[in-house]
Amino acid sequence: MIDTEALVEQFGLTACIQCGKCTGGCPVSPKSALNPRALVYQMLRGEGFELVSREELWDCTTCSTCGLRCPKGVKAVDLIIGLRGQWIESGKIPTTLRAPLTATLNQGNPLVLPREDRSLWADGLNVKNVAEGADVAMFVCCENAYDPRVQPMPRALVNLLRAAQVDFGTLGLEEQCCGSEIRRLGESGLYEYLRDDNLDKFRQAGIQKMVTTSPHCMNVFKNEYAGAGFTVEHYTQMLARLIAEGKIKFSKRMETVVTYQDPCFLGKQNGIYDEPRAVLKSIPGVKFVDMDRSRERSVCCEGGGGRMWLEGTNNKVRLANDRVAQALETGAKVLATACPFCFLTLSDAVIATGHENDLRVMDILQIANEAL
Amino acid sequence: MRPRIGVYICHCGLNIANTVDVDAVGEFARALPNVIVARHYTYMCSDPGQGLITKDIGDLGLTHVVVASCSPRMHEPTFRGAIQKAGLNPYCLEMANIREQCSWIHADRALATAKAMDLVASAVAKAGWLVPLQERQVGVTQAALIIGGGLAGLQAALDIANAGFQAFLVEKGAYLGGRAAQLNTTFPTLERVSDLLTCLIQSINDHPNIRVLTNAQVEKVDGFVGNFRVSVLERPPRVDAGKCTACGKCADACPVSLPDEFNAGLSSRHAIYPLPPSSETRTFAIDDQACTFVQDRICQPEPRCVAVCPENAIDLSLEERTRELAVGAIIVATGAATFDPRGKPELGWGVYPNVITSLQFERLADVNGPTGGRIEIDGKEPKEVVFIQCVGSRDQTTGNLYCSRICCMVSAKQAHLIKEKYPDARVTAFYADVRTFGKGHEEFYDRVRKEGIRYRRGYVSEVYRRGDKIVVRAEDTLMQKPVEVTADLVVLGIGQSPRPETNEVASLLGLTRSGDGFLAESHPKLRPVDTMVDGVFLAGTCQGPKDIVDTLAQARAAASSALAPLCRGQVKVESATSYVNEELCAGCGLCAATCAYGALTLSERTRRIKVNPVLCKGCGACEAACPSKAIQVMQSTPKQILSQIAALS
Amino acid sequence: MPSSALVIGGGIAGIQAALDIADAGFHVFLVEKEPSIGGRMSQLDKTFPTLDCSACILTPKMVDVSRHPDIELLTYSEVIDVKRNGSSFRAIVRKKPRYVDITKCTGCGSCAEACRLRGRIADTFNAGMGKRAAIYVPFPQAVPLKYTVDPTKCVFVTRGVCGKTQVCKEACKAEAIDFSQKEELVEVEAAAIVAATGFDPFNAALKPELGYGVYPNVITSLQFERLSSASGPTAGKILLNGKEPEEIAFVQCVGSRDETTGNLYCSRVCCMVTAKHAHLAKEKIHHAKVTVFYADVRAFGKGFEEFYDRVRAEGVRYQRGYVSEIYQRGDKLVVRAEDTLIGKPTETSADMVVLGIGLVPRPETNQVAGLLGLENSSDGFLAEAHPKMRPVDTAVDGVYLAGCVQGPKDIPDTVAHAKAAAAATIVRLRQQTTDHRLQRTDVRVLTT
Repeated sequence: MIDTEALVEQFGLTACIQCGKCTGGCPVSPKSALNPRALVYQMLRGEGFELVSREELWDCTTCSTCGLRCPKGVKAVDLIIGLRGQWIESGKIPTTLRAPLTATLNQGNPLVLPREDRSLWADGLNVKNVAEGADVAMFVCCENAYDPRVQPMPRALVNLLRAAQVDFGTLGLEEQCCGSEIRRLGESGLYEYLRDDNLDKFRQAGIQKMVTTSPHCMNVFKNEYAGAGFTVEHYTQMLARLIAEGKIKFSKRMETVVTYQDPCFLGKQNGIYDEPRAVLKSIPGVKFVDMDRSRERSVCCEGGGGRMWLEGTNNKVRLANDRVAQALETGAKVLATACPFCFLTLSDAVIATGHENDLRVMDILQIANEAL
Repeated sequence: MRPRIGVYICHCGLNIANTVDVDAVGEFARALPNVIVARHYTYMCSDPGQGLITKDIGDLGLTHVVVASCSPRMHEPTFRGAIQKAGLNPYCLEMANIREQCSWIHADRALATAKAMDLVASAVAKAGWLVPLQERQVGVTQAALIIGGGLAGLQAALDIANAGFQAFLVEKGAYLGGRAAQLNTTFPTLERVSDLLTCLIQSINDHPNIRVLTNAQVEKVDGFVGNFRVSVLERPPRVDAGKCTACGKCADACPVSLPDEFNAGLSSRHAIYPLPPSSETRTFAIDDQACTFVQDRICQPEPRCVAVCPENAIDLSLEERTRELAVGAIIVATGAATFDPRGKPELGWGVYPNVITSLQFERLADVNGPTGGRIEIDGKEPKEVVFIQCVGSRDQTTGNLYCSRICCMVSAKQAHLIKEKYPDARVTAFYADVRTFGKGHEEFYDRVRKEGIRYRRGYVSEVYRRGDKIVVRAEDTLMQKPVEVTADLVVLGIGQSPRPETNEVASLLGLTRSGDGFLAESHPKLRPVDTMVDGVFLAGTCQGPKDIVDTLAQARAAASSALAPLCRGQVKVESATSYVNEELCAGCGLCAATCAYGALTLSERTRRIKVNPVLCKGCGACEAACPSKAIQVMQSTPKQILSQIAALS
Repeated sequence: MPSSALVIGGGIAGIQAALDIADAGFHVFLVEKEPSIGGRMSQLDKTFPTLDCSACILTPKMVDVSRHPDIELLTYSEVIDVKRNGSSFRAIVRKKPRYVDITKCTGCGSCAEACRLRGRIADTFNAGMGKRAAIYVPFPQAVPLKYTVDPTKCVFVTRGVCGKTQVCKEACKAEAIDFSQKEELVEVEAAAIVAATGFDPFNAALKPELGYGVYPNVITSLQFERLSSASGPTAGKILLNGKEPEEIAFVQCVGSRDETTGNLYCSRVCCMVTAKHAHLAKEKIHHAKVTVFYADVRAFGKGFEEFYDRVRAEGVRYQRGYVSEIYQRGDKLVVRAEDTLIGKPTETSADMVVLGIGLVPRPETNQVAGLLGLENSSDGFLAEAHPKMRPVDTAVDGVYLAGCVQGPKDIPDTVAHAKAAAAATIVRLRQQTTDHRLQRTDVRVLTT
């Protein structure tokens, strides 16, 4: 039995007026039993709440739309994370999560790959270590570092930063998981360990400025690492600025129609809508079109909140598939995004829906790099 | 000279034009006898619309004007003003109501158009017989009567008095303050009501222009705007406030005991009892209705209170007396009753002592209340408290369809007080819609939820006992589950209802009631304090439920309306009065007996009836009563009415 | 010895306050910054719950103001400075140039017919729907019915040249158009000031998830008023792009009760505005499917609950749950919400979505506060002296509040509030001009 009173207190749930704006906006609620409004209500009622059989709690992508739109300042997503935490504490960890969590503790990444392989993505690039002294630290992200499908993204960033003559370095093998998804899976102990360890490492390396390839890393550093002592931005912000300053110039044309998936952690959660679009629009030949549901009204790709390691209760309906259909409606040939999770879920969806020949999913990094 | 009539048909945007073929009506009107011109326009009441009329009067020499538009209640003054500006007598106007009596109530365009034509024809037929009348002004008695000494009455009296006019404040009870005197704290500001009230009462009592009559009731009202005559029955103050030291010996001696309505029945009192603390002086008063000596001269062996009073302050022999007041304006501020929860038997009020009303809660929470401010039932502090919303409001079964406007905030405030006193208490409020609409109200609702008040959506269906707990049963409509919540205190958020004596007040002053039973204002949007009777205004909850701030705003609004005639010192009076053809009058006096306004007298000298045109309202009762057709009402003469009827046939 | 009052704002609150003060025999300066008095109420179609046409009941009052011998109307004017002068105030009023001589203009409209920008300027009176010329009257019943050149749009004003000839000037038979007009400063002395500057409708674009400004068929409740109004751009037909909607969704609490917009308060009118609109939609399009999305229905005024009962009986569906998102699917809009009484997310298709926008303080409220030395309440409206006991007084002696400048209100509450401000003003003016303390007299007993 869950101590609902404590959760009410912890997450300020009494502010709730049960308007349903959270559930109405939740991207997974139409296909899952997940109902943030009803969850809050059950806490408020205090008539007992059993985690058993509440598998839908693992459906949440932590896109945070529920909390962002709440008229009374309630963050239902935090309650869901809290409930996941209690689930984890009870020891009944979902099977697909066990290996990623253990690997994150032991190897510093949830992909269950060796710590010493972390720099393989940068093979032949000779990227210096930030500890040697660099203006900017580039944070690669576990997904980008290990997953061959997205390894081109950090490589492209290296290329772009060099073109703009930015003095940067990475943490090399010292880099480890930022903890964003770990926290959202409810493993707060592991998250706190990663945070403290990372902060130590950042301090030792003397990091003042950081650029990340993933919005998830950026978000956790910027909003959840209390007292980080360095500034952090997502690469789209940095590129937009470098382009505006004339430090990056594109020489190749890219005659194609491009649309863009706003990553929730970049757009909705951090209000970064204009910079990714500015980068895309600055590329010669690109005709940019927005999907109907974009910016504040964008829809989650279902890759966040640990959903990379969880299938969810209903995998017959996939939001990424809908997004691919919506991207095609615009007449776009390229579906751009700026997040490794979005890239992977959308790429899978293109294949699953049989549109490999109609639509290409690309990270903005790839597009910019190709146009250099 | 034949009359020269202009007919003006209004589209009223689409209000009329959608249902009535205004073009066809114009065509039709042009062919009517004596009609010189007929026009139609989008908004006849607008400046250009009126311009059409005034221009035609000049250019075409019109003698009479017919406007076919809305009810004359709406725009008769507008068009009278317009034709007057163009040099016609304002009474040479006739209106055909083709909106309220035609376009709004009919759907069939052809039939509605035909009816509009009939109405226009009839108006044209009458218009030719209209005669110029003179507008008259009469002086105004520069004083006002305020009926009711609650918050609304106090504020209205203060404004009248501060503007330099005499204010008579008549309160039927023994003290001022009304319902507000029973309240504990305000929402959302949580100030003590008695502090606010005492200030106000003090300024009333100190004001040289205000005469307060407590224990007094208005018995009769005669006259008209600017010149009312009012009879007030005043019960004597049987306790001399100058002598009374409020020692309480009298009450101890009094053999009569009855529930104390001031404490909403939570305690009892005697027939002689202390006035509430918000009253300026600490003194006792006698409840004439309850005192057996005042009623029936029975109190064995002699009135004990008189005997025990060390100051000789009590005199039971004083008689009631009637005062006559002359005032120019009357403000009705008679307040509202609270809903009687016995009308909802399923909620167990009167059955379980720990089911109380929100008014009883106010008394419990008041330091001057029966428990000295301890919120307790049978000496026990509540641990589980349930608030039930909409008791007697929004409820067909009680006949009260309306929302009582205050109960959501009253309950929120009371729930807050519980949490403040007993932080560990579990407080639940059952509701259907939370209506916290006033300034700072939604913010207060946010606050009490954060304090831990749990709001559960669903009306309460039943309250019953299980063991030593009360069980509140409802559906939690957000979970779609029937739920039972235990409680040791249940507070019913009772609504406001019209006072039982509303009918008497209405007939005393010639007022009407709206569908909800409260007194009716003359226009629900733009004339919220005026009534159909000139010079009589409404303030506060007699017009409908209101919280303190809205009551005060409305009371000042009523004062503003009343101040116009008082400041001007003159008012216009009805011109279309009755007149007597002395050739025909036989002096039988039947008409005078019929007249409700005392406007007709039989002249001793001529043996003919004389009309007091200032008192005459032009109602026509005399005309119907007269056997020899000697008395007629201007603007409704037989010739005018018969020609109107003839045009319809 | 000035026995005048200055009323700032010519909406229904200012109109009512001015009429009451003038009816009591005092002189009133009524200053309105727009070309006509009438304010927000003049934009409304019908009023709830009686369904009286707004123009029908407002126009007589507007006309009364213009005819009242004790009211001096200063339209198209703004108070720019106020100084205390003993117990009274000295205010400077800036009369903006209309470029039309109102003593000559007959309101015939030939100038607007002739204007080169005719039908090309978004009509603010019609909430941006419909177009007007650069010389205009805001609405047909305007008081005064005098044309005004929009100085931000007229090319002669902005660029100094308009084609070869000034066509408006040529068209005006009354020779009323005068581009040489300059602004004028008028000094006004008043013993009391009533601030009645009203409210603004909430800017719905601040709720991006609702798609206002993205989808042309997402409109505000104020725009619906204009659509429904016989004098509006569609002559009273509910039409968007010439088509009648068959499915209409109404969204409540847009910009009210909402931390994300900073407006924590309830706007007090929107529930009933929407109930009225739902009724009108049903009346005008019988077969329309009308859904209202709400969290609490606040039908609290006289006859309001009864009206709410009526529209439900007319077939308007109320679904409990705030709207979370609006997006397009095919040629329909989709309104996404949770039906909180069933506990299920829902998608409701719609051809038209009407946002029940709240009431917010006007941007110039702070300016008015600065001029008069007033303070704001935490909600941004102007603060009264005491929230319970003194709803129209302010911290400044002789300055009173009327209507929505103090907080959202419906029409009857606005009128009552304005009359209360008038009462306070009359009391002050009487006290300054007469010896208001009577002798303590006994009750006058009449001889009968």
